[in-house]
Amino acid sequence: MRLYRAAFTRGPALFKDHRFLTTKGYAVATSAQRKPIRWHIGVLLAPAILIYTVIMLLPVFDSLRMSLYGKGPDGAPVFVGLANYTTLLTDSYWQGPFWNALWNNVVFFIIHMLVQNPIGILLAALLSLGKLPGREFYRTALFLPTMLSFVIVGFVWKLILSPAWGVSKTLLGSVGLGSWFAPWLGQPDTALITLALISVWQFIGLPMMLIYAAMIAIPDELMEAASCDGVTGINQFFKIKLPLIWPSIGVVSILTFVGNFNAFDLIYVSQGALAGPNFSTDILGTLLYRTFFGNQLQAGDPFMGATIAGAMFLIILCGVCVYLYGVQRRLAYYQM
Amino acid sequence: MKRALTMSAAVVAVCASWAPMAQAASTLVIESWRADDLAIWQDKIIPAFEKAHPDIKVTFAPTAPKEYNAALNAKLESGTAGDIVTCRPFDASLEQFTKGRLAPLNDLPGMNNFSAAAKLAWSTDDGKTTFCVPMASVLHGFIYNKEAFDKLGLKEPKTEDELFAALDKIKKDGTYVPMAMGTADQWEAATTGYQNIGPNYWKGEEGRNAVIQGSQKLSEGGWVETLRTLAKWAPYLGDGYKAQSYADSQNIFTLGRAAIYPGGSWEISGFNAQATFKMGAFPPPVRKVGDTCYISDHPDIAVGMNTKTKNPEAAKKFLTWVTTSDFAKIYANALPGFFSLQTAPVAVDDPLAQTFVGWRNGCKSTIRSTYQILSRGAKPNLEDATWGASANVINGTETPEKAAERLQAALANWYKPQQK
Repeated sequence: MRLYRAAFTRGPALFKDHRFLTTKGYAVATSAQRKPIRWHIGVLLAPAILIYTVIMLLPVFDSLRMSLYGKGPDGAPVFVGLANYTTLLTDSYWQGPFWNALWNNVVFFIIHMLVQNPIGILLAALLSLGKLPGREFYRTALFLPTMLSFVIVGFVWKLILSPAWGVSKTLLGSVGLGSWFAPWLGQPDTALITLALISVWQFIGLPMMLIYAAMIAIPDELMEAASCDGVTGINQFFKIKLPLIWPSIGVVSILTFVGNFNAFDLIYVSQGALAGPNFSTDILGTLLYRTFFGNQLQAGDPFMGATIAGAMFLIILCGVCVYLYGVQRRLAYYQM
Repeated sequence: MKRALTMSAAVVAVCASWAPMAQAASTLVIESWRADDLAIWQDKIIPAFEKAHPDIKVTFAPTAPKEYNAALNAKLESGTAGDIVTCRPFDASLEQFTKGRLAPLNDLPGMNNFSAAAKLAWSTDDGKTTFCVPMASVLHGFIYNKEAFDKLGLKEPKTEDELFAALDKIKKDGTYVPMAMGTADQWEAATTGYQNIGPNYWKGEEGRNAVIQGSQKLSEGGWVETLRTLAKWAPYLGDGYKAQSYADSQNIFTLGRAAIYPGGSWEISGFNAQATFKMGAFPPPVRKVGDTCYISDHPDIAVGMNTKTKNPEAAKKFLTWVTTSDFAKIYANALPGFFSLQTAPVAVDDPLAQTFVGWRNGCKSTIRSTYQILSRGAKPNLEDATWGASANVINGTETPEKAAERLQAALANWYKPQQK
């Protein structure tokens, strides 16, 4: 949500210049007097900064610091510089799982971008149509899964898809497609796609809501004017609405990116820490969990775990930077 | 005002009269991951102990199994752990002992009620010091639906050929899923597959010790044969076994949909409560008639003493009581399938549990091959790799030979005796 707001405050560029002028004017007029210290700003910001620092910033930096340490001969932490990162990227036992997890993460993200966001836009466009009976019902129903816990979503879908008791086999059979059924969560080539689609099902409400909000903000006069100028039907969407909602789509994309590269819960709940079958659903989050906390007889390795967390942090940071400097600046913002 | 004074005087008097009572009895707190057994401890075990030792009060304070190791570690580190600690087998407890958090128990009266093999899981690598009192072990084997066997005219298979013949017959008949097992959780494939039938292939302790000493490789002989046989199980598992979880398999069997369940004695209590049909059990079939049979008799649970306990005398009294046959009888019958590790035989009432424990007479016992010493490597950890390898060969995504090579590489990567 922070990013969402940041994108919108960039919008009114005109205001910014205007404000700049007034401040300047004020400064000229009062330069002789001593400026009063504006305590209230600090006081009002303090709680947020304090809480954010304690629960977010400190742990992040401590985890990054930890990734620069290793276990010494006597078990005490020893500073090793970037050695852990070198191990992660070059050691034959670390690089395989790491690149596998990263690639799976990329696939997970691509499926969300190709399926979740276009469908989200479509649903938002349908919802914002003038006369749609039962609009409130659909809006709530489509958003409901987003509010469910990962544990419930993972468990329910595992049951639906279960070859032993799931309804999906019966449902497919009732329309004569029984032979299409396969244990999708148990096959290496289908498990990750299945999980990504489950996640899409759960989170379809977020892009839908954000884009719906942007769409209903488009004034009716604009659409009426378009109609007068002969832009009607589907053209209204592509020529008028879509250009106006590009900033929202950008925000949705970056939220999807951050969410997907931080994902862990769904895979852990439905496939366990070993992210089976044969690590085909292993993403950075599950690799981090397994390394940091250990599994069954494997002892946890907090230092390598922190290294993977550090790598995740860098990947997300790079992605967000690419978006902020490469994409967001080029988006056109319109005053409405 | 006067009333308030009287009240406070009364409160002081009550407190004063309580204080000496609280001090007279020492209290012991038991840390455990067996949250499932809370009722058994509170209703059976603790009352029996407190009857014998009225001056000691015992509280059973379990944590969820998944969190136990981490929670116990944190508690022992900060000095807030209970007096008695339930010990996981092998390295998890050994680490606590080497850090000085578990007391050595060699001098505890009653420790000679256990054989060296029983104490193995809670002793130092050289076997000289034992730091937990063994409570129970679990046996691997196959549980079967007696009604299904009677209906199809099947007998308990003694050899591997007989097992596959029986599976073929069940499959042909079509009423039952021949074998209830899935590969989704991977744990099953390794524990109820590989570790279940494997000892017959690597000759139990002989093969296990040979790997520890470095004279056998996981990629040769019986070790790879086990994986070859596991790969042959696939056609007999239910539809969609690749996405079938452990709980699914248990339910498929107890609902009477499957004929054979590869598993172990730890299932007995649960199956007795769930299944409406009669059950039997047979040990992992030998490869040829007349072969010696080997069973995985895996030490699972023990209790030790926190070195920082404030009541070391009371804690020792409790641990001594755990070495007695009084405790063994209560425990083995309250939890059929968790068998006492004491040398003196303990009578078990449950017929299925009796069948399991009876195998100890005819077969040689061993433990799960990956548990002692060999799973100390992290990249990848041998136990995790075994889960993956077993599931992969059944799924057909890896050949038994390739999987065995990978296991050997995972071990030789860090284990010196295997690097020769």
